[in-house]
Amino acid sequence: MAGNREFFNRRLHSLLGVIPIGVFLVQHLVVNHFITGGPESFNKAADFMGNLPFQIVLETVVIYLPILFHAIYGLYIAFTANSNVNKYGTYRNWMYILQRISGVITLIFIAWHVWQTRVAAAFGAEVSYDMMHDILSSPFMFVFYLVGVLSTIFHFANGLWSFLVSWGITVSPRSQVISTYVTIGVFIVLAFIAVQTLIAFV
Amino acid sequence: MAENKTVKFTIMRQDSENSAAYEEEFEIPYRPNMNVISALMEIRKNPVNVKGQATTPITWDMNCLEEVCGACSMVINGKPRQSCSALVDQLTQPIRLEPMRTFPVVRDLQVDRSRMFDSLKKVKAWIPIDGTYDLGPGPRMPEKKRQWAYELSKCMTCGVCLEACPNVNSKTNFMGPAVFNQVRLFNAHPTGEMNKSERLNAFMEDGGMQGCGNSQNCVQACPKGIPITTSIAAVNRDATMQAFRNFFGSDHD
Repeated sequence: MAGNREFFNRRLHSLLGVIPIGVFLVQHLVVNHFITGGPESFNKAADFMGNLPFQIVLETVVIYLPILFHAIYGLYIAFTANSNVNKYGTYRNWMYILQRISGVITLIFIAWHVWQTRVAAAFGAEVSYDMMHDILSSPFMFVFYLVGVLSTIFHFANGLWSFLVSWGITVSPRSQVISTYVTIGVFIVLAFIAVQTLIAFV
Repeated sequence: MAENKTVKFTIMRQDSENSAAYEEEFEIPYRPNMNVISALMEIRKNPVNVKGQATTPITWDMNCLEEVCGACSMVINGKPRQSCSALVDQLTQPIRLEPMRTFPVVRDLQVDRSRMFDSLKKVKAWIPIDGTYDLGPGPRMPEKKRQWAYELSKCMTCGVCLEACPNVNSKTNFMGPAVFNQVRLFNAHPTGEMNKSERLNAFMEDGGMQGCGNSQNCVQACPKGIPITTSIAAVNRDATMQAFRNFFGSDHD
């Protein structure tokens, strides 16, 4: 059999976006939501997450490697596209280009976010309410985080839709319409959780 | 007076495969019920552009003139479609004609669509019935399935879906939307089904099916109304199962 590495890479890229990255994203947003119960409650949750056993192994296997692969292969996918929304202004064609744009924004955001929190923690900073409060008190950083988080959630929700198509789970037009509404719901719910969290930090 | 009515065209021209493209404008007398091809024929009779300069006749491909062969596809007012079924009365003027640049331009509006036919060869988009002896009649196809498959079989390899697809370009070697539909059609046929795994494995190779990014322009653009995106998802499902069988091993296929 001649090479089918492309097929493998593409399917791996699609899978990793949902498992584990998507699952991690939901978990991350939910745990951060503890802030709405006050700084004390967030610190407790952050402390628990930050002191899980085998932390570095979990992070590497569940977060770093999958995101690295998804990001690098995703950039390749994004930059091999020739968008034509000017000619075909359909909903799906817009989602197609927004998926690629949001992917790039998300990558920039995540790189900065990891540098500012996880890398800082590795150099001795404490991940706590104070850390995030300081970051988000700057109006510029608040907007940056807001755009970054919403872009991440959009990329996840819309990616969930195309995951279902790419693996052949939603085949009929009706199933693809239903999954469109379900993924819009996923976006709204997660966006609500995230925005509430961001506001609570300020 | 109706006699003075004219039709204006802006046509993207190119003298040879590698020369630069340029625009040329034409104005020809209106006749009722004109289509783009009859207008191109009118220009060909007396190739003089709007400035009154003599020029070369425009080159384009055509064959059936009833939207079943796909040869006369070009980009008309920004949309790829067949020029035989593009009626002048329904188009905004000046009517802009361009070649489908997803394919190599041969000259003017004529393009080389061989890549589509090469793809169909690669994925074995046919039903193998030849043998060294008479194989007898194949399995019958249920009538209901035949009617469904007939819709898929309307594909004329015109290339409009490839032109509309944001992923068919010089940066990738994605075969394009039409091929999914052909693979599904031949895999659905009771005799064609016997070579299903061969077709899927060929399609799963590099430069085959994986370029699809689900923009779903193909199904919007298809002049035959073929449910291409349904075919894409259906072939994706089959490819998923085939990949599992290839990886874990299977006692058949």
